[in-house]
Amino acid sequence: MSLRRIDNFGLVDRAKPVSFSFDGRRYRGFAGDTVASALIASDVRILGRSFKYHRPRGLWSAWSDDANAIMDISQNGRALPNCQASTTYLEDGMSARAVNAWPSAARDIKGGLDLFHRWLGAGFYYKTFMWPDWHLFEPAIRKMAGLGTVSQVVLSDYCADQTFDYCDVLVVGGGAAGLTAARAASEDGQNVCLVDDQRLAGGSVYQMQSVDGHRPSDWVADQCEAIRTAGGRILNQTTAYGVYDHGLIGLIQTHRFGAAPSLIRMRADRVVLATGALDRPLTFPENDRPGIMSLAGSAELLARYGVLVGRNLAVVANHSLAESSIALLTRAGAKITRIDPEARPFKAYKGARSTGLKQGAHARLFDAVLTSGGMTPIIHLWRHMGGKLIWCETRQAFLPGETPAKMIAIGAANGTFEIDVALEEARCAGIGQASLRGDTRYHINALWPEPASKGRQWIDFQHDVTLKDIEIAAQENYVSVEHLKRYTTLGMASDQGKTSNMAGLAAMAALQGQSIPEVGTTTFRPPFVPVPLELYRGPHREQNWHPLKRLPLENTHRAMGAALGEYGGWLRPGWYGDGDPKTQIAAEVRTARTSVGLFDASALGKIDVMGPDAADFLNFIYYNTINTMTVGSIRYGFMLTEAGVIYDDGVVTRVAHNHFIVSCSSSHVDGVRMHLEAWRQDGHDPDNIYIHDTTQHWATATITGPKARQVLNSLGLGIDLDGAVFAHMSLRETQWQGTHVRIARVSFSGDTSFEVSIRASRAASLWDALVRAGAPFGLCAIGIEAMSIMRAEKGYIIIGKDTDGETMPHDLGFSGPRIRKTSAFLGDRSLHTDKANDNARRQLVGLISENGLLPTGAHIVHAGQSRGYVTSSYDSPTLNSPIALALIANGHARIGETVEIWHLGETQTAEICAPCFFDIKGERLHA
Amino acid sequence: MQIFPCPFCGERNETEFHFAGELGKIRPDTTADVEADAWARYLYTQRNEKGHVREVWMHIPCAELFVLERDSVTMDVLGSHPLRKPPK
Repeated sequence: MSLRRIDNFGLVDRAKPVSFSFDGRRYRGFAGDTVASALIASDVRILGRSFKYHRPRGLWSAWSDDANAIMDISQNGRALPNCQASTTYLEDGMSARAVNAWPSAARDIKGGLDLFHRWLGAGFYYKTFMWPDWHLFEPAIRKMAGLGTVSQVVLSDYCADQTFDYCDVLVVGGGAAGLTAARAASEDGQNVCLVDDQRLAGGSVYQMQSVDGHRPSDWVADQCEAIRTAGGRILNQTTAYGVYDHGLIGLIQTHRFGAAPSLIRMRADRVVLATGALDRPLTFPENDRPGIMSLAGSAELLARYGVLVGRNLAVVANHSLAESSIALLTRAGAKITRIDPEARPFKAYKGARSTGLKQGAHARLFDAVLTSGGMTPIIHLWRHMGGKLIWCETRQAFLPGETPAKMIAIGAANGTFEIDVALEEARCAGIGQASLRGDTRYHINALWPEPASKGRQWIDFQHDVTLKDIEIAAQENYVSVEHLKRYTTLGMASDQGKTSNMAGLAAMAALQGQSIPEVGTTTFRPPFVPVPLELYRGPHREQNWHPLKRLPLENTHRAMGAALGEYGGWLRPGWYGDGDPKTQIAAEVRTARTSVGLFDASALGKIDVMGPDAADFLNFIYYNTINTMTVGSIRYGFMLTEAGVIYDDGVVTRVAHNHFIVSCSSSHVDGVRMHLEAWRQDGHDPDNIYIHDTTQHWATATITGPKARQVLNSLGLGIDLDGAVFAHMSLRETQWQGTHVRIARVSFSGDTSFEVSIRASRAASLWDALVRAGAPFGLCAIGIEAMSIMRAEKGYIIIGKDTDGETMPHDLGFSGPRIRKTSAFLGDRSLHTDKANDNARRQLVGLISENGLLPTGAHIVHAGQSRGYVTSSYDSPTLNSPIALALIANGHARIGETVEIWHLGETQTAEICAPCFFDIKGERLHA
Repeated sequence: MQIFPCPFCGERNETEFHFAGELGKIRPDTTADVEADAWARYLYTQRNEKGHVREVWMHIPCAELFVLERDSVTMDVLGSHPLRKPPK
């Protein structure tokens, strides 16, 4: 069906045709093809456009070292951006589109940008868009930048599996060396895992006529069989993309198109690196033309996919390994013209559907020009692991040097390009023996970019970094390779320098008059291949990432029609009923203020602190004095950080001489427990203090309002609830229907309130009993929204809402302990720094506005500067007017002043008042 | 991902641990006068040493503080012991 497809070559299944489209045109390939191989087989020459100049790009290579053919691919409504066509296996119904090109890669309207290349060299951004302001140019430039387009369709099932794994020996790379090493290790009784990034292991062996006297396919099958028989594992389509701390190796396993890849966090006692080597480009004028590709890549296309890139081929190569590739291409029927790479200058030029090479006056057209500048061992993981590199003059390449613990490099990755030597090296590595690197039969004529030579010579194909750009960088003193990389974006393309880095640093070496090893390489960082961010997220999302805490009374609330929402990590009733929320919430406030409300306060923290040293410990932890509390009393207080900033607020109850309950903010329970634990073990005697979080063990029903006492009395608790006996801020313990209950007289609403706590399993019975007992008094359940309004009416703060990362207790009007507490406590010294004593500190005040509700977050401004901001703002149903709390610089001294409030460009005025709007004398609270 | 040895639970992934501070930072006695400089040093100054460091970490699941000795350059773990019981 195609001129390019050669019988008896390749591993694709010719009985299974696959249909797909590219840039809107339909094509066919076979099962086993990659998108790139199928397009080359269909004689498509232009597969993409370069990033900066929008130059046409053909395929450079057959696997992960190709950065030219980058495509947005979709299939059955699943779209993924920036897929490498050379590593994406073809599936039926795929629709691919070249990135950075419109309407198609072949006819890109921005192709004209190339005409301006003279002005667009390295650093042109930095020089051109300085004046008057970069931000003027930024939107247009951002619009032009970037490659693929992310689909707006969210793939909710696109979720990466993440597993941990272990093996004795991890073999990276399933070529001839890797398979041999894995076989030797597993037959030696070791737990072996072999990872190979393609569907079929074998690396480049399919390019050979025979391996060890066998046909390559048979040989690979034999090795795989032997490895599995001996208990080894083989993971196909799996790339070891990075080595991380303590030897953790990241493996990405890809699946069918559109399915999320899997992450395997592998730990191995030993790693055998058999990653092979890459063919590198030659640098000559117009060497980026479509049709110029890697010699090894073209051999791989033929061996794996049965695709011959052309009948009439030129080969420009400078080393001995080119011979076997040429032999392979010749067997497939190609006519090869050898071009001497040293007989420069020569340059490429564009033919109709061909690529031209011009040497002096002599010009010839070819179907394709295959170049090879020598082999570069893939030593990325070696460098991640901390292994050293040495420069090999014979091979003109960096090779693995001093061995890092636990890693051995073999085969082409180690510079061992001869198959017989590599197999012996692999057998030794399999049983844990490193071999000495011997002489090599490989020879290469060093051929690197020649600075000051004529023509546009590409170093980085995708990012359009030319030899000229490297010369500019050197001229401007960006001579370190790390600076060179960032100034020119050399090596920052999708292949991360796999093709471009060696030529780039060799050019810099030549410009500096240094040797290549003196210039050195840039840092090798994971990942070796692009991986989607989803790989790292995996199942750590939504409820798996931060599970909601649930109330024991959740079902009861649902039955009562609660609107449940997340508040501080808890699923809590915001309000009850389906009507307009604002109306419902206001009605709840009014009922609670005029008769009685019932509120689920179970989310409040309940941390038991017990032991002989508990009182002194909490006295140190709290800003307030705790060790003078009498048994049965309750105190409101703050926990500070050592910087004197309020970390949490809440009440402490002294249940017994050596037993306290710390009631922290519901969203802070875990943090407060860790905070207490840390100080318990550091600086105190941990044998004399015990900390136990019982938040989830208890449920708390708060009954609040003028009729709260009458409701509770009718429950028959057997205690005197009279205010003269059971005062505000004290505790009673009793029995309700045979179950222990704690009744705390504390209030967050500002009305007489009782917090009745019972073990979680009895919560529903208690709640139902309170609802029944309250019915004659007009009781209604109130949600957290109503409670938030009522507490604001009283000026009670919510930590993190009415305080920020600078707020100290005296900013809220709690100055007593700062002045009077004599014993040490957390943050004490910080309350007396210059900053803490500053007059301009933001202090908590109220705001009254004539013009309606103030927006939360609005700024109080003076002379164009923010002097504070609104922290809470509500329409008060109790007062029938808007109220607000704010943190304002020197606010306490400014009560009565009118200030300007700014929000989103609009201003209004408000008057500063004390932060309490209701029952200022506290008569209702203490009633 | 590093592997840290909790003296109570054994080797665990670093994600289970929380850094609590450098070992040997003593809280000044705040019932006496503390110079602003001394307090600022206590709050903010870290030794941030290169090489062998001793740090206090918490293993979150068991909530125990312990001393972790490690190499801040190579990331090698050199040992750990409970905060309250230094090795003999």
